[in-house]
Amino acid sequence: MTARRDTLLLHPAGRGVAFRVSKRSVVLTAALGLCAGAVAVLSLGLGEFDLRPADTLRVLGGGGTLIEYDVVVRDRLPRAVTGLGVGAAFGLSGAILQRIAANPLVSPDVIGVNAGASFGALLVITVFGGAGAALVLGGLAGALLTAAAIVVLALGHGHGGYRLVLVGIGIAAMLSSAISFLLVRAEYRQVLSAASWLTGSLANRGALHVTIIAVTLAAAVAVLLVFGRHLRVLELGDDVASTLTGGAGRVRPVLITTAVVLAAMATAAAGPIGFVALVAPQITRRLLPGGPARLAPAAATGALLVIAADLAARLLFAPTELPVGAVTGVLGAPVLLYLLARANRIGHTG
Amino acid sequence: MTEGGSSTVAEAQRILTEPAVGARRPSTVARSVSVVAVLVVACGLSLVVGSYPIPLSDVLSAIVSPGTGAVDTIVRHVRIPRTISGLLAGSALGVAGAVMQGLTRNPLAGPGILGINAGASLAVVTAIALGVTTAGGYLWFAFAGAGAAALLVYVLGSLGRGGATPVKLALAGAALSAMVGSMTTVVTLLDAATLDQYRFWAVGSLTRSGADAAAAVGPFLAIGFVLAVAVGGSLNTLALGEDVARSLGTRLVVVRVFAASSVLLLAGAATVIAGPVAFVGLAVPHIARILAGPDYRWIMPLSALLGPALLLLADVAGRLLVQPEQLQVGIVTGLAGGPFFLYLVRRRKVAQL
Repeated sequence: MTARRDTLLLHPAGRGVAFRVSKRSVVLTAALGLCAGAVAVLSLGLGEFDLRPADTLRVLGGGGTLIEYDVVVRDRLPRAVTGLGVGAAFGLSGAILQRIAANPLVSPDVIGVNAGASFGALLVITVFGGAGAALVLGGLAGALLTAAAIVVLALGHGHGGYRLVLVGIGIAAMLSSAISFLLVRAEYRQVLSAASWLTGSLANRGALHVTIIAVTLAAAVAVLLVFGRHLRVLELGDDVASTLTGGAGRVRPVLITTAVVLAAMATAAAGPIGFVALVAPQITRRLLPGGPARLAPAAATGALLVIAADLAARLLFAPTELPVGAVTGVLGAPVLLYLLARANRIGHTG
Repeated sequence: MTEGGSSTVAEAQRILTEPAVGARRPSTVARSVSVVAVLVVACGLSLVVGSYPIPLSDVLSAIVSPGTGAVDTIVRHVRIPRTISGLLAGSALGVAGAVMQGLTRNPLAGPGILGINAGASLAVVTAIALGVTTAGGYLWFAFAGAGAAALLVYVLGSLGRGGATPVKLALAGAALSAMVGSMTTVVTLLDAATLDQYRFWAVGSLTRSGADAAAAVGPFLAIGFVLAVAVGGSLNTLALGEDVARSLGTRLVVVRVFAASSVLLLAGAATVIAGPVAFVGLAVPHIARILAGPDYRWIMPLSALLGPALLLLADVAGRLLVQPEQLQVGIVTGLAGGPFFLYLVRRRKVAQL
């Protein structure tokens, strides 16, 4: 009943199409988005050239001097936008995977997509000596190939989420051997430049990275507007899903692919920023109790987490900057252990 | 496990009353003999093959009547220590995997998947960052890290109803690996020199430790093997389910403590000798099971033979694959073992053992 009262029907294209949204979810998404925006503005003003938030907003509105415009919009904005977009992509990816697998511990980090991206990027750094766009391409290719392998190997009847998890773990273990191999053969200089990428970093991001993540998010939102509603059925489990709708078997691959492509693109743009995809849906579930992790708030949570962690990474050891992934890794790890213990105790892991 | 109670009890009594050796079909004995033969061949290849191939006759003469020539030096100071490392680490990994799979009734159990390698890696990075420079110093860190990780994964994976199911344990291992991996990354990011040392430790290899390391972990290996042999029969009853095992008189707590201690000692010692080596502990008990059936009193000795055979063959393959360079054995087993794990996962009855 509360669900009914909470529901809002939107008719964006006249009478033909309707989207059902939850009011609480809309409010929460807006609030989280505002927070993320505020942190981003704060972050845009910080650096060698300090600006107050009000001045930053003025510059963003087009009112600053030429120097201010250069610093804020051309130097710092790509970093912030990449961070927000990557966070949203990880949040979405984690929420989709966790709901399909009905398992709070599933995320692109655990199932090997990030390891694939790392391997691809490392290959570019150590074998071809590449950087910049080549690095992004390498990471992207690695992540997409890994994602494809996981999806193909995990498909099949009657195994649902568990097979996805186990296949991913196996592939991740294999890739970690391959990564060790590349690191042993690499020169010291290459290892150093690889280390920062392998942690996940937002430093030196530009138009390329912004474009990648923007296009990905737009495509993912389009797919999710069409297929996202099936998540409610899929998370009931394979048997119920195929009883209720004949199409469950066809929709699951679409959604899994969307989730891993989101993670792959985000990783290509910013490196494997650990634990965001895992933690964001869990925070969302606790903010909106009584239901599964909703997608839009999870995306907003992810964006807030990444942009805030990046700010912390810049400030903690200033003037030395840590890669953002170091912060999310150290903060996210205890959350992971807590989730694991809790999920096992209440029997959610299977 | 799922069939009716009366037949499982009958099966339990049959296994309990049946002598371990005498009632075996001759084919099992024959297979065991052929496993020994494979191991001997693997040892021989490990002594002969390399960037500087040495004929078997020269190897033998270097062993029997050691001289001071280049060939004798290579055999005595490179090939023999490497082969002994493989024998020790391989049998430890094989038996540890068998005990783990029996203890958790989990076909996916193995030191690599369950996060033990990751735990040892973090401990070693910490040791390097703290300024420990000798290989002997790393040993104890690796040992402690492997043990702590194994304990943590097992405790986390056994929480809740149903005990340590394959999915719960594998997830606990993957989660711990992810967590420990990110900590390892932070340590290496803050200190570039540590990163440079660590990347070499992080791949399992049979060339890093000499006689002193083998001697240091020898007692632990011995205790681990004795404990494993002691719980072999109990793992058979445990395979029928906890309730059946208890009603047959198995003291579950004692068995669990013995088996877990055995795994800690063996997996820890293997990591100390060779560094992180993936998938050997996972795959070997499955091969042993194919050869000898479900009796752990057969699986364990066969795993102790198959483990070193597999590890040495992987090491020999690593010497040949990218000549003139050498692939470390951990990389060979990692890349070759992954598909095997995926095969296990894709079988329908993944949850049963």
